[in-house]
Amino acid sequence: MSSTTPQASTTTDARRSFLSGFGKFTLSATAVALLAGRDRLALVGSAEAKTAGNDVTILNAALAAEQEAIAAYQVGATSGLLQKPVLDLAVQFQGHHKEHATALATTVKKLGGTPVAAKAKYTFPVEKLKTQADVLGFAAELERGAVSAYLGAIPILDDRELAKVAASILGDEAMHWAVLRQALGQPPVPSAFVS
Amino acid sequence: MKLPFALFIGLTLGASLCQAADGDAGKGAQIYQRCLACHSLEHNRSGPRHCGLFGRPAAAVPDFTYSQALKSAGLTWDAATLDRFLENPLKAVPGTKMAYAGIKNGQERADLIAYLKQATHDPAKCPQGSSH
Repeated sequence: MSSTTPQASTTTDARRSFLSGFGKFTLSATAVALLAGRDRLALVGSAEAKTAGNDVTILNAALAAEQEAIAAYQVGATSGLLQKPVLDLAVQFQGHHKEHATALATTVKKLGGTPVAAKAKYTFPVEKLKTQADVLGFAAELERGAVSAYLGAIPILDDRELAKVAASILGDEAMHWAVLRQALGQPPVPSAFVS
Repeated sequence: MKLPFALFIGLTLGASLCQAADGDAGKGAQIYQRCLACHSLEHNRSGPRHCGLFGRPAAAVPDFTYSQALKSAGLTWDAATLDRFLENPLKAVPGTKMAYAGIKNGQERADLIAYLKQATHDPAKCPQGSSH
């Protein structure tokens, strides 16, 4: 197995950029309103707390996938295979995933849970990424999977406001997928429905 | 002559039902794309790798951290247990970290399971060492 980890290819500058990105993070108006409304959950009884617990599990699963997407884009951005303006696009999409991850982690905390930590290392099939198209194809796979993951999570979230935020993230990731497909010369929107 | 005809009809019907239950690995490959945010065949992601899945006890990939619920489930992955789990993971194993509503269409599950069976036995997709 000749795979590697994002840490192996992550430069100090990239790491600094990642951290400064967090500093610049701002929640969307929807997320702010949502998160403000969650404060009372710390005070409520067992029924709502149990519901919040279910949602914490779901949000943490989404958070883990977002953290992995951030790491994957880092591998792509530092691979030397992406040329501008595709490189800028990848960095922008990574920024979106960072915003998703921060919003999800903040919400998990507000619900009384512990946000899942990013892994110390991720393993990606870097030996198969030899061209810009390979990187874009890999990113498109992840984004397509993310759309399905959110589609599978939204119906089981107990809090409908959280479901709205998850749907908002789904929309963003579906746009990523479409743009990546377009960049690969594929029909950007392959079908009327996504599952 | 009526009995052989009835036998023929029965065998034909049985064969077509078996065909449906077996699933179509080609269609399953498309369905597997839904799983790629969290899983891959060869590598652990936020979900465990799938190489070596069939016949493996649940929660047994050594370098992956599972929920206590899945560790205690006492499942071994085969077509039947996967079918039940994939239909509604949270109902099949309450407390699992696989926060996904499930694949409600039985034929889609059969197709996905057929793909997983084929792919996890393909040395090109699951090279030696990836199936533990």
